[in-house]
Amino acid sequence: MRLENAGVPSVAIHTDVFARLAHSVALANGMPRTRQAFVPQPVVDKTPQQLRGYIEGLDPTTKRPFMQEVIEGLSRPLDEEDLKGLSFDRSTPRLVESGTEDDLQGLFLDNGWTDQLPVILPTEQRVAAMLEGTSHPPDKVVGRMRPTAYRESWELTVEKVAVNAVMAGAKPEYLPVILAHAASGITARSSSTTSLAMITVVNGPIRDEIGMSSGIGALGPYNHANATIGRAYQLLSINGQGGSVPGDTYMGTLGNAYNYSATFAEAEERSPWQPFHVQKGYKPTDSTVSIFFGGRYTASGFGPRATWKEKFIRCLTSIDHNQAPLIVMDPIVARLFVDLGFDNKEKLATWCAENAMMPAFEYWDDQWVQTLTHPLAVAGVEPFASKLKAAPEALVAMYEPGDINIVVVGGETQGAWRMIGGSYRNATVSVDAWR
Amino acid sequence: MSRLSVHDPRGYPPRVIGKRLAARPQSLVGKTLYLVDCLFDNSEAFMGQLKRWFAEHLPSVDTRMVKPRESWVDDPAMRQKIAADGHAAVLGVGL
Repeated sequence: MRLENAGVPSVAIHTDVFARLAHSVALANGMPRTRQAFVPQPVVDKTPQQLRGYIEGLDPTTKRPFMQEVIEGLSRPLDEEDLKGLSFDRSTPRLVESGTEDDLQGLFLDNGWTDQLPVILPTEQRVAAMLEGTSHPPDKVVGRMRPTAYRESWELTVEKVAVNAVMAGAKPEYLPVILAHAASGITARSSSTTSLAMITVVNGPIRDEIGMSSGIGALGPYNHANATIGRAYQLLSINGQGGSVPGDTYMGTLGNAYNYSATFAEAEERSPWQPFHVQKGYKPTDSTVSIFFGGRYTASGFGPRATWKEKFIRCLTSIDHNQAPLIVMDPIVARLFVDLGFDNKEKLATWCAENAMMPAFEYWDDQWVQTLTHPLAVAGVEPFASKLKAAPEALVAMYEPGDINIVVVGGETQGAWRMIGGSYRNATVSVDAWR
Repeated sequence: MSRLSVHDPRGYPPRVIGKRLAARPQSLVGKTLYLVDCLFDNSEAFMGQLKRWFAEHLPSVDTRMVKPRESWVDDPAMRQKIAADGHAAVLGVGL
């Protein structure tokens, strides 16, 4: 659309499963008559001959020859509607039309405002009580969100965050933590076809103040604060960005169970290592939320036992290597690693990065490494450029030490650890700023 | 049953500002057409086939393949080049 703005007639080609999304993005960008042409899904893994078949075939959305759509899109004269563009206001009301409990639960479900589970209806009274959890005024803008980089950002106020916190069943004292999630500007409901989810970790005194769990079952549904803060992050993302609707604002092909709720506290007092937020420059007395981007895989193990190195390498080299792991481990495991000489998290993360190697041809043979990393390598950005120069069978590092993060959590009923897809993208947000 | 007054949970969307499409040429004959490879996996192969199609069916169209520097990141230099040298563009295969 920027090319059209620069006076260049353009046609954008998409695969047909993205037709609804492509049309809605064009509409939201004020260019609903953007000329588009569609080929069948998928393009990935198709041979040149098969792709040529797409080009010589029909546009599956219009049933007209694909190349006719392309050529006419570039050369068909503009009509009155094309020249006009479309401006409109989409403001959302503060309150919905009143109704019974059943009517309103149905309305929220039908409008896609929930996670498909019943919600606590955000009555004026409940929202007012929730707002008591922060000193900030209801109309203060907390942040902006969008499901993906090519869509428009929507704005969230303190009141809108409080509304979604009520819906999740949260208590007013949790609100600063939920506001910090919103202030990150990172949606928990990315529209990515890869079914991304966000995993969030809370550090600092707020954990105990609101009764969060870093003990038995901390990553499961066994603590009210963990569960409802995580759920509130999901709901405020859905509603704060204008939806998470399959085929339009959500394209994750498999979906992700972490999209219900994935928030827990670090077991700082039982960990032998620095808390995560202190690693990122905060004081131990600060309270923060850190957001990890991924959730596509989980590998697990117990120990460390005598063969822990082999087990770690097996896990690290088996996982989705365009998404570095967040390693969560029980305090029992962390202390045993200290006994093995890893007296800080960084040493263990560095060991992982130095030992997680794979052949260069295998490293590059990944859809997302090709899409996201390969262009950087071609442009000379290190360390990717060196990996691109490596011989096909040469071993290359999957990660840099800084890519891998470790959080200590668990109830010490078992020496368990997990590697969860969770890239950290400099998103540690102050909770104290939202008290 | 009693009626409840509840908040709308949605955030605030930006106002949509309409934009005009660029004027179209009457035909592509003799024109320079940029084929923008959006860097998705295998899109280069697709755009390569598109270039071959033009060479075989509309050889007077001067097709030029270009790529942005990064996936999903605007590349103003690439856009300026297309606007300066090109008459039209096809972008693909994108989401």
